[in-house]
This record gives sequence, structure tokens and C-alpha cells, in this order.
Amino acid sequence: MIYVDNAATTKMSKTAIHTMTAMMEDTWGNPSSLYSIGQRAKEVLEKARADVASVIGAEPREITFTSGGSEADNQAILTAALLGEKSGKKHIVSSAFEHHAVLHTLNKLEKMGYEITLLDVHENGMIIPSELEAAIREDTCLVTIMTANNEIGTIQPIRELGAICRSRKVLFHTDAVQAVGHIPLNVIEDNIDLLSASAHKFHGPKGVGFLYARKGIRLTNLIEGGAQERGKRAGTENVPGIVSMAEALKEANAGMEKNAEHLVKMRDRLIAGLKEIPHSALNGDAEHRLPGNVNFCFEGIEGESLLLLLDDKGIQASSGSACTSGSLDPSHVLLAIGRVHDVAHGSLRLSIGEDITEADVDYLIKSVKEVVEYLRGFSPIWRDLMAGKKQFIL
Amino acid sequence: MALYSEKVMEHFRNPRNVGVIEDADGIGEVGNAKCGDIMKMYLKIEDDIIKDVKFETFGCGSAIASSSMATELIKGKPVSEAMKLTNKAVAEALDGLPDYKMHCSVLAEEAIRSALEDYQKRTGKQIK
Repeated sequence: MIYVDNAATTKMSKTAIHTMTAMMEDTWGNPSSLYSIGQRAKEVLEKARADVASVIGAEPREITFTSGGSEADNQAILTAALLGEKSGKKHIVSSAFEHHAVLHTLNKLEKMGYEITLLDVHENGMIIPSELEAAIREDTCLVTIMTANNEIGTIQPIRELGAICRSRKVLFHTDAVQAVGHIPLNVIEDNIDLLSASAHKFHGPKGVGFLYARKGIRLTNLIEGGAQERGKRAGTENVPGIVSMAEALKEANAGMEKNAEHLVKMRDRLIAGLKEIPHSALNGDAEHRLPGNVNFCFEGIEGESLLLLLDDKGIQASSGSACTSGSLDPSHVLLAIGRVHDVAHGSLRLSIGEDITEADVDYLIKSVKEVVEYLRGFSPIWRDLMAGKKQFIL
Repeated sequence: MALYSEKVMEHFRNPRNVGVIEDADGIGEVGNAKCGDIMKMYLKIEDDIIKDVKFETFGCGSAIASSSMATELIKGKPVSEAMKLTNKAVAEALDGLPDYKMHCSVLAEEAIRSALEDYQKRTGKQIK
């Protein structure tokens, strides 16, 4: 089996699994309890907070543990929106291809009377900093732009965008779920005020993530209750998950450079191979791109059937086709970069993992070529394109 | 994948009657690329019997399986019977489809009806 859906989730590392089970066996106390097994749990929890903070250049008290990236996104955006409202600022700038955890939260705020501006991400899936500069208004309270896109893998010029927000005195949040543990990030150098991350994207467990909020930004609670997480996120802490996440993050961070070097080599070999398929196109900028992300559109075929046939060949991948989402519309990310519906339905995302080999890549190329050719063989669209009755888009 | 029944997967993996009939007596095409499904049906009709049927489909697994099953259900049958094919019959023959994929069986029904209507138009015959 070749698992190439690491942007959806990653397999937990051995260290992360061992840490988690060890916590469950030995350190299962409630960190809020004052007796020794509770205090031991408190100790490992705070050590995990310090570890996570140090990886992104933050202070431990700036880290709030959450149930994952979506919760962190929700809390960051709601916090900034409510802070803005206090000073009469109810305008938020974001981008058209954010994760739904961001876009749906913005939709909710829009219904509550906020104004939302979504920046264009252009054909290459990149934000143009001057367009952010121009979009910020007197009443802008938040800019939220993802560090790296989950579908097409493009990496935004976060440092530059953050600097613009700093100079305009606007809070800057970044959904860094796809980036943390994969590319270098430092909240100080990158001018980040709020950052969301999720453990299961860097070989940690599911159901755990964290929100970085710069000192002085008073978080709004999504969950009311006890005084856990400095009163900003109630509920007994998921100690095994949190400690496991911290270990996974340290591991990912330590191996980052070496992993990225290998992944980029494999990614570019895969891209070069898939480009040989006629009437195909890479989605997203080729250079400013996550080391493990490959995303293509193939004209004349539909993504779900492509995925099912690849699954038969032992390849686990994903697509932005409508059929994989349960709606009639293909991925909003592909539409945002200007892919028309016909072509967006025929998309394939291969998000490779660190253990991928050259032989795997060659097998992927061969298999995708075979399946695309097979499906085109009985596609009425492909027939019309080949007969010249329709114009090729790609 | 438990998304689909074994029957759907079997027809998806080994679709019956794939291809084109060059001298077809009726051709029907339904759906559009915007929604992600297009089905094209070709019929060869002799003495009001569907002697041959072929299809081409751009679409998801259930669209391909629905096309394949629909062709199986009408092949060798009188045109009057084919005209009565329902999406429900297609879905049932496939041991069911997920709710949000039922439109694939609807497309199959419509593609066959569209091909039969084309046949009526070409021949001036009325299918009863």
C-alpha cells in the first residue's frame, strides 16, 4: 500500500504512540488534582506546553491546547472579532481558499454584521502582499491567511503579510495546520499574532491541537467551565494526547530539514512524471509549495473514479471532485485558482510522506497514467475533445 | 471501500457494454461537465428490440456503475420495456446507492430515455 494522503492525516510516529500509551498507563491523573499523581500529570502537561512553544519561538503561556486545528481557528477568529467590536472595528480580511474552519467561521461573523473581504489567490494560488495592504481598512480588526494550503500546498509569504498587519496595527492569524512540523515557522520572526496547529498532521494523535496567541491577546472562550488552560479552554486536559503531540512535534522539527530535502526530490520527480500525461496541469505554484504536496487536474475524467481505481492498485489518495465531497460543486480551492468546474472535477491530490521511495514514486506515476488513460477511453468529454468538437482547457 | 455495495464496485471495475456504436439507431447524452457527470448511450434497435447498447460516461464510480447496470437491464428487451426503465430499478439492481448518489441512477434512466426519443425522432415511430 502507498499512502499518499498525508494532508488528510498522518500515521502516528512510534514515539508519539509510545508516549501516549505510557501516559495512559502511568500518568493518568487529573492535572487539576493536588495529590502526587495529579501533579505529575500537571508537570508533563506544562513540559509539553514548553516544548510546543519552543518549536515555534513562543512562550509557554502563549500556547492553549485545543481539540485540533478547527477549534483553534474558531477561537482565534472569534477572539479577534470580539476584540475588534469593542473598538468599533468589524472588518476582516481573509482569502478565498482558506480551510472551511476559517471560511465557515467568517460566514457566521458576516451574519452577525461583520464585513469580510476575501483576497484573490490568483492562478498560482498565491496572495499578493500589496493586495493585502490595499484591502486593510481603518475598521479592519483581523487578517487571517493560511500559511500553507491544504489542497494545493502553496506557501504564502507569511512574514511579509504579518509585517503589513503589524504596521497597520491589525491582528494577524494564520491557519498553519499544514505547515507546522513541515516548514520552519517562528511566531516572532514571522510577525504572527495567532496561529492554529493540529497534531495529526505531523504524526501526532487526532483530536489534539494548539492555538498560539501572542501575550496580551485575551482569548474568548469557546468552551466555558473549569479553569483549565488559564481559564480560556475548559475541560480536563487530554494529557496523553497533548504530551504525545509535543513529542511528535519535536521529532518532526528535528527531522524537518532532512525530510524536506527528500520530499522535495520525490515531489518534483512525481510532478515531472505526471506532467507527461497530456492535457494535465499542476495546481498551485511549483516553487512556493509544501515539500510533500502534489496536486494535478486531468482533463476529461472525474476524480472519484480515479481514486477508486487507484485504491484498487493499493494507492490511497484524494481529490477535489464534487463526488468526494457530497455536493455538486468541486473544491472551492480549485475554483479559487480559476479552474473551471469541468477540469476541477478531474483533480488528484497526492500528499506524500517521509517514507516514500523513488520506486513508490515511479509506481504512482505509472498507475496514475494507466488509470487516466483507461477512464479517458470511455469518457464522452474526452471523445469530443479529441474529435475537436470541444476545446481543450488544459 | 464501504462507500458502495459490492455490486456497484463490481460494475464499476468491470463495466459492461462500454464503447460506441458507430451506426447507432438512437443516441442520448445527458448531464453536464459542470456537475461532474455526463452519460452517453448508443442503441442498436431491430424489430423494436434493443439488439445492442453501448455507453460512455464521464463521472464518479456510481455514475459508471449505473450506466453499466442500465445497459444490462435493457439489452435484448423490447423498446417499450426499456422506455419504462426507472432509476429505482437501476439502483435496486445495484443493491442500492448512497442517498447523495441517487442522481447517478436518474441520469442513467434519462440517458436511455433520451436515446429512445432520438430513435423515435429518427424513425418517426412511436414507442408504446
